[in-house]
Amino acid sequence: MKELLTRHVQNALGALGQLARQPVATGLTVAVIAIALALPASLQVLVQGAQRIAGNWDSIRDFSVYLKPGTDLASARRLAREVSDHPAIATAELISADQALEDFRSDPAFGEALQALKENPLPHTLSVRPESAATAESLVEFKVELAGRPDVDLVQLDTQWLQRLGAILDVIRRTVWMVGGLLVGAVIVIIGNTIRLDIQNRRQEIEVSKLLGATDAFVRRPFLYIGLWYGAMGGLASLLILLAGFAILAAPLERLIALYGGDYGGLGLEPATATLVLAGGVGSGLIGAWLAVARHLSDIEPSV
Amino acid sequence: MIRLDKVTKLYAGGREALRDVSLDIGPGEMIFLTGHSGAGKSTILKLLALVERPTRGQLLVDGRNVGRLSADEIPAYRRQVGMVFQDHKLLEERSAFENVALPLIIAGIARREIDKRVRAALDQVGLLDKERQPPRALSAGEQQRVGIARAVVARPRLLIADEPTGNLDGELSLEIMDLFHRFNSVGVTMLIATHDLRLADRFRARRIVLQRGEIQSDVGT
Ligand SMILES: Nc1ncnc2c1ncn2[C@@H]1O[C@H](COP(=O)(O)OP(=O)(O)OP(=O)(O)O)[C@@H](O)[C@H]1O
Ligand SMILES: [Mg+2]
Repeated sequence: MKELLTRHVQNALGALGQLARQPVATGLTVAVIAIALALPASLQVLVQGAQRIAGNWDSIRDFSVYLKPGTDLASARRLAREVSDHPAIATAELISADQALEDFRSDPAFGEALQALKENPLPHTLSVRPESAATAESLVEFKVELAGRPDVDLVQLDTQWLQRLGAILDVIRRTVWMVGGLLVGAVIVIIGNTIRLDIQNRRQEIEVSKLLGATDAFVRRPFLYIGLWYGAMGGLASLLILLAGFAILAAPLERLIALYGGDYGGLGLEPATATLVLAGGVGSGLIGAWLAVARHLSDIEPSV
Repeated sequence: MIRLDKVTKLYAGGREALRDVSLDIGPGEMIFLTGHSGAGKSTILKLLALVERPTRGQLLVDGRNVGRLSADEIPAYRRQVGMVFQDHKLLEERSAFENVALPLIIAGIARREIDKRVRAALDQVGLLDKERQPPRALSAGEQQRVGIARAVVARPRLLIADEPTGNLDGELSLEIMDLFHRFNSVGVTMLIATHDLRLADRFRARRIVLQRGEIQSDVGT
């Protein structure tokens, strides 16, 4: 048991030593693996960022109801109560024409222009916040109903872009998985091919080892460790790329998400994503090595 | 220890390399296998190394029909057989020490034991001072001696050698054969294929002459 463990440690270190003897070739292979793994991971993080924006859509789904000019305050209040009683609606706040005018006047950009007006040009407005559970369909239906009322001038309810955003995110999310799958496939091919060449270069060593009584497991092990190291180093290098990328993107990304009312909350490399990248590297390294070994080692039988 | 029972070997293409060869080899024997080119000497050694399998007949080692061993039984069998090749088959990238250590690493021997046994084997072939050299830094005779050290380091009971002196001049050949003789005298069974009849004559050993796949003569000691 202890011997076997020692053997594995020796094999692992031996494989590492072999990679270290060809730093340029190893570095290039690792770089390709790292980039291939970093791509889907960074897309994944961007999707997470977009989800934070979309996840905050309670505030985005708020809409305004502009009443016809001249509607009296009492019927505006009645309408506000009616709207807030609707099952799809959480709150409906009435902003009276006077209130709105006050708000504008206190804004230095408009203040002076509004001073000149004799009459208040602004309508009463309802600021409506839907229930978070309310579906887009029920809101659209309610919007049509509201817009049909005689005292309502305009309903500004734009769920369309939210639906679009949601649909786009769905597509992107799946694309990320697909691209991720393809790139992991590419990593498997790269590692498999590198190890295939390695097997060819060490053909004589394999033949001699077999003549001296080496088992298939013995011959196979160094190559599997090489695959494992490639995958692990590629995964680690990929994490470094991602961390550097986020360091560069953090500030503008934070501003962007804030603009959309989202919560940045230290968006970046989550432990789950990092684990996935590392596991993807190690896993595809082992699989690639295993495929190469299964395909090419059995071809090599000693001849005397 | 080894018995060939009516062994026939047909190579792909229908070439009959051995025909109904029967042969008994006792433990501790030293045997020269001679005969013209194409007589089947290498084929017998390949059968014993399980690189080839008999087409007909049985190859028994310690009563076991090794001609029928499955692929995963072959490694354990090969570890009991030392092999020396004409082209020595040393690994160019490795030092003499590492080459000799390979059978022990394959056998899963502990590191400290490996050091001891490799040095002992290199000492026996007189190359202890060359343990760090790669094969290309050694002379042809020295390379062959490293190959022999590798063949005996795991203390096999049987050693087979195919033209071990094929690339060496007379004096070096004698040196190599002397080494074989010494290993034989400590009980290792030896089967050596060679063209060099005069060299074989200098040792008291059983001599089997093959001719076109059949045993022409078998002169014991
Ligand atoms: N792999 C092979 N495929 C087909 N024919 C083979 C193969 N190996 C050997 N032979 C044939 O079998 C016959 C015996 O060959 P073998 O190598 O045993 O002869 P040998 O006695 O060792 O000859 P040499 O002294 O030249 O080494 C030869 O005719 C050879 O051409
Ligand atoms: Mg031959």
